[in-house]
Amino acid sequence: MREGSESAGRCVEKLLKALLIILCFSVVWAFLCVNAFASGKWEGVDESVVERVAKEHGREASKPFINTDQGDLLLFVFLLAGAAGGFAAGYYWRVLTERKSGRVGDP
Amino acid sequence: MERHTAHGARFRAKPGKAFAVLLLTAHCSLFAASDAHAMHISEGILPVGWVLFWFAVAGPFIAYGLYRLKGRSAADLSFKPLVGLMAAVVFIISCMPVPVITAGTCSHPCGTGMSGVLLGPAISVLVASVALLIQALFLSHGGVTTLGANIVSMGIVGSYTGYIVFRTLRGLRVTIGVAAFVAGLLADWATYLMTSIELAEGIRGNAPFLPLFWKLLVAFVPTQLPIGILEGAMTAGMLVLLHKKRPDLLVRLCIIKSGETCA
Repeated sequence: MREGSESAGRCVEKLLKALLIILCFSVVWAFLCVNAFASGKWEGVDESVVERVAKEHGREASKPFINTDQGDLLLFVFLLAGAAGGFAAGYYWRVLTERKSGRVGDP
Repeated sequence: MERHTAHGARFRAKPGKAFAVLLLTAHCSLFAASDAHAMHISEGILPVGWVLFWFAVAGPFIAYGLYRLKGRSAADLSFKPLVGLMAAVVFIISCMPVPVITAGTCSHPCGTGMSGVLLGPAISVLVASVALLIQALFLSHGGVTTLGANIVSMGIVGSYTGYIVFRTLRGLRVTIGVAAFVAGLLADWATYLMTSIELAEGIRGNAPFLPLFWKLLVAFVPTQLPIGILEGAMTAGMLVLLHKKRPDLLVRLCIIKSGETCA
């Protein structure tokens, strides 16, 4: 019983430490973003370089064939793509590095 | 069964760490969420002639990649999961907008230096092509008409540069981490060098090539200089991690010699 509560206490302590690190990271990041480029739009280099220079030379980017760049739809498809990609990467990493009962490719 | 139990025990033993990783991932996703604009050449920018030319250049490399994938998968069982891992990694990395504070813009690493080193450049081109196609079709990232040009810059130039630099440095007895870092860094920069060539040639009309090429290249520098360093660090991290976790795999891929294993 005591062991269980000690273990839970340690977990909470670790969790708090993790949250504190994340909070510090967020504050530093937000500070840098706000102060360094308060008026910046964080354009991608495709907008700030590729499309701008192309436009100067009479070539404008057209809309994508499947236009997901509409409001929050783009955030949704990126989230979906990130989740699927992250799941696949995690799955294959585990397949490659699992030590118990034979890794893939072990003789 | 034993495998699942062992795995479960590992996570039960470190629930705080697992949760912290989960929180950090969620946090990064939320903070990184921004309009997904980055570096691939956008839809419709290149004229038809250049669109066809870059597809013609990319075609044979893709066919050779398919041929190599079939051969190597049949010869080595561990190769398919590695291809799956690298495909997912290249896909995620090449559509991940990273804010560059020094420039006030966003761009992304490519991941093809890393996949070029691990899978070989031929299969890395294939992996990059699939990632670029999905991004062009569903993520409004790059374009279908500019797919050939993007495959040439990110897939072919990135993969072959990473592979050649890594092999050369390893041949000169440079450590695996340093060789991977330089390979990732130069693969990223070479990709943007090629993008500048493709763009300058495609959009210049009657204007001279060189001034436009330099203009594009210089414009990429503030963003791509730090992104290249990030790409180098990611490549080195992956190689060093695999060196610790699966040195046998790196030996079979001829990345290290059997005497260099650390596990």
